Amino acid sequence: MVKPIEPAMIDTVKAKVKELLDSGTIEGFLGLKEKNGHIAPHLFRSVQELESMSLGDREVAGDARYPLNKMLISLACAYPEATFGVLVRGCDERGLKTLYTWNQLHRDKVVPVGITCPQDLADRCECSQPYPDEPVAGEKAEQRGFDSVDKVEELETPNRFAYWMDEFEKCIKCYGCRDVCPMCFCKECSLETDELVRSGTIPPENPIFHLTRAVHMAGRCIDCGLCEEACPADIPLRTLYKKVFEIVDEEFNYRTGYTTDKKSPLNIID
Amino acid sequence: MDYKTVLTTCTYCGCGCNFYLEVLDGRVIGTIPCKTSPTNEGKLCIKGWNVHEFIQSPSRLTTPLIRKDGRLEEASWDEALEYTATRLKEIAAESGGESLGFLASAKVTNEENYLFQKFARAGAGSNNVDHCARL
Repeated sequence: MVKPIEPAMIDTVKAKVKELLDSGTIEGFLGLKEKNGHIAPHLFRSVQELESMSLGDREVAGDARYPLNKMLISLACAYPEATFGVLVRGCDERGLKTLYTWNQLHRDKVVPVGITCPQDLADRCECSQPYPDEPVAGEKAEQRGFDSVDKVEELETPNRFAYWMDEFEKCIKCYGCRDVCPMCFCKECSLETDELVRSGTIPPENPIFHLTRAVHMAGRCIDCGLCEEACPADIPLRTLYKKVFEIVDEEFNYRTGYTTDKKSPLNIID
Repeated sequence: MDYKTVLTTCTYCGCGCNFYLEVLDGRVIGTIPCKTSPTNEGKLCIKGWNVHEFIQSPSRLTTPLIRKDGRLEEASWDEALEYTATRLKEIAAESGGESLGFLASAKVTNEENYLFQKFARAGAGSNNVDHCARL
C-alpha cells in the first residue's frame, strides 16, 4: 500500500534519526509514521519506533505532508529547553529559516533532517528549491518557476480580477488555509477582527478575506502549498501567495525562506 | 513529555471526516485533517477544525440532566434511563405512540439510527422520527 519513492532514502533518514536519538542530541524527532493504515505526524522518542517511519509518500510523492513545523512550535512552547529533530523538505526548511527570524523557534533547539523531493513533486509544486540546503537523503530535483502565476497574469486586468473574484466566491470561510499554515502563529488573527472580517456571517466578504490573508502572507509564506491542499473549495491559494512572494522579492529584494540573516521587511518583532 | 496524534472521526455531522487530535501531556491542543482519509482528503469545515476546543470546554455536559421542579439537575445514567423509559411508557399508554417524537442523530452510525427508528416505530408505535440536523 505505502510505496516509498526511494526505499534507500528512508533507511538513510532512519539511521540519521537513530544516531540523533542514541547520542541524546535530540529529545524527540517530529516526523511521519504509518499508523492505522494512514500516515500520521508522530513524535519519535525511541529508536524502536523508527521501524514504521514514513516520509509522507503514499500513492504519489508528498501526498501525506503535514505542517510539522507548526506542531514543533507547540512542542517548543511547552518544552523550551528541549531540542527536537524534525523532518524537512525544501519548503519546510524555508519555513524553519523564516520562523527563526520571526522568533517563533530557536535555531539551536532544532535539528532539521532534510530530504529532497522527486522531480514530479517539484513540478507539481512549481517549487523554487525542492530540497533543503544539506539534505540527509535523496537526489536534488530541478528548480521550477511559478508558471501558474504567469498564466493568470496573461489575463487582461478586468478578466484577472474576475478570475480571482470567482475563485474567492467559492470560499466557505472554514479558516483551513490559516489553521493548517505553518507560518500562521499570531495569537490574534486579523481574519477574526470584526473591522476587517465580520464574524458570524458566511460566505466571507469578497475579496477582503482573501486579500487580508494574502497581505499577511507577505514575508511569511514559504510556498509549502498545504493551504491549497486543505481548501475544500479548491481555491488556487498557492498561486496567490506565490505572487505575494514575487512582489516581496521584487519590491524589497527579500526572498522569503532563503535567509536567516535578514528579516522580512514586514517583520517588526524584535 | 507525551505527544500523540490520535486518529478519530468528526462527531459534528454525518460526513465522517477523519482527523488527528494533537494531544500534549493529556491535553488536546489541536486538530489536523487526515490527508490520507478517503472521506475528506485532508480538508475540514470550520466546525471540524475546532473540535479540540469543545472537547475540553467547561460548558460541556458530563452527566444526563433531568428537569425537577422546573430546574435541570444532574442525574446518573441509570436514573435518566429509568426515568425516560417510565415516562415513554406512561405517555404512550395515556395518549398513544403517535404522541411521542424521536430525534435521532447525524453523529451516530447508520446501524444505530436504524435501531433507533425501529425502536420508535415497532417499540413505541410512533412514526415521528426526525434528526438533529433539523432541530
